[in-house]
Amino acid sequence: MQFGIFTVGDVTPDPTTGRTPTERERIKAMVAIALKAEEVGLDVFATGEHHNPPFVPSSPTTMLGYIAARTENLILSTSTTLITTNDPVKIAEDYAMLQHLADGRVDLMMGRGNTGPVYPWFGKDIREGINLAVENYALLRRLWREDVVDWEGKFRTPLQGFTSTPRPLDGVAPFVWHGSIRSPEIAEQAAYYGDGFFHNNIFWPAEHTRRMVELYRNRYAHYGHGTPAQAIVGLGGQAFMRKNSQDAVREFRPYFDNAPVYGHGPSLEDFTEQTPLTVGSPQQVIDRTLSFRETVGDYQRQLFLMDHAGLPLKTVLEQLDMLGEEVVPVLRKEFAVGRPADVPEAPTHRSLLAAKAAEEKEESAV
Amino acid sequence: MKLVVVSAGLSVPSSTRLLADRLSAAVDRGTPVDTEVIELRDLAVEIAHHLTSGFPGRALAAAQDAVAGADGLIVVTPVFSASYSGLFKSFFDVLDKDALVGKPVLIAATGGTARHSLVLDHALRPLFSHLRAVVVPTGVYAASEDWGAEGLPDRIERAAEELAALMPKARRRQEEPVVPFAQQLAALGARPREQAPVR
Repeated sequence: MQFGIFTVGDVTPDPTTGRTPTERERIKAMVAIALKAEEVGLDVFATGEHHNPPFVPSSPTTMLGYIAARTENLILSTSTTLITTNDPVKIAEDYAMLQHLADGRVDLMMGRGNTGPVYPWFGKDIREGINLAVENYALLRRLWREDVVDWEGKFRTPLQGFTSTPRPLDGVAPFVWHGSIRSPEIAEQAAYYGDGFFHNNIFWPAEHTRRMVELYRNRYAHYGHGTPAQAIVGLGGQAFMRKNSQDAVREFRPYFDNAPVYGHGPSLEDFTEQTPLTVGSPQQVIDRTLSFRETVGDYQRQLFLMDHAGLPLKTVLEQLDMLGEEVVPVLRKEFAVGRPADVPEAPTHRSLLAAKAAEEKEESAV
Repeated sequence: MKLVVVSAGLSVPSSTRLLADRLSAAVDRGTPVDTEVIELRDLAVEIAHHLTSGFPGRALAAAQDAVAGADGLIVVTPVFSASYSGLFKSFFDVLDKDALVGKPVLIAATGGTARHSLVLDHALRPLFSHLRAVVVPTGVYAASEDWGAEGLPDRIERAAEELAALMPKARRRQEEPVVPFAQQLAALGARPREQAPVR
């Protein structure tokens, strides 16, 4: 099972000091957080993609390429890549390039984006969101899998005799996750292709997550990729830890109360009860995260949101130390207990390459 | 059949609730129904939280499920600033947009004076038309003076009869089946594949 962190990349004032980091500080902090993730033994770092303030990560492959050069093992991913408003040709090129630079340590999570004006800024219509995701991704897959592509679709200028360069590393496309909170069409899309499905459950009650993942699992089996239990599932999580849970609550409360998205709404107590947010001791975070398996079954990837709402870098790095040293080692051990042998790990470049080699061998034997 | 009554009165006792009870009793007299009353005052904080957090608390979720599963609705709001109250509107703002499709709805309102009676037709009726509900022709408005005058009981009876006649034909919300992916692709003019690719 993979464990990692995902970041939104928000520039938010620290409510306890009133100080807002500069964009440069925030960007450098995101890099420091990624390097810390590798240092403490996490598997994945994923960055958001945004094209409006107060967010900085508009150019994910620039950031991930820089992090790739400074890490050895970390898988570099996105949360999410906007499959609606980006040109699929540019996604194909950018992430194939990143694959080569990072020696295959790359995957992507596709998302539609829910900021209305971003669509017209990029010449698109938000009412076509699902259709854009469907058509653009169908093209992206072909660009990675076919050397020469002829294409005609509804949303993009046609392609005749187009070759996306560089070709994917070793002829293996990056693994793709599809992220969606409430659109069954996206769960269906992920299931159709046998791709991963990531439910960003951090702002949602467990029952909702259970239904979406169940739909994906059943459709995954329907399309012949394996049993429902073998589908590739990822979940979000959100935690703030101190050795004593009272200290965690006291320190995190001003950040919670003023957070973008949920601040000035439900109380910290209500929100932690109804969503995956856990504020307390490392043991509480362990117990909570282990309970996700009861909701969705054995799954492949767990990403935590650790660095939003204006938390200072120093605090975030302390959180990552605790996550990597005290929480994840226990989770690795406990999640392995009772996990059926035929439930796969999340695909990586190495496993996809091995699968491709096996397939080719089988074909040449026929 | 299941009748759900949504009452947005704030005071206790409330003339809005009084009107709601008269309306539901009138329906039940003609056609026995299971009646559930939702007092929005009790849900006010959860409704506000839903606006900020994006998901309903437990009591609000139960109320939303009740509304979605009803064969008919009676909705009653006090008139605030020449329209429905903000709380009344917010409840429907956070309801699933398809929850009321095809559902019979009796609209009613209360106010201090009869001068606001057209609120039924300039505010409530367009709201429920937008939500694609079937709004019964007779809406019931009760000003303070109506509680001591002739006419209100007749309007209540007429509206209740209209609602009861529509309830057996109510369209209950069904779980939407997933559109198969090949169909989704084909709708865009892309060539559907023979079968799903195997990884």
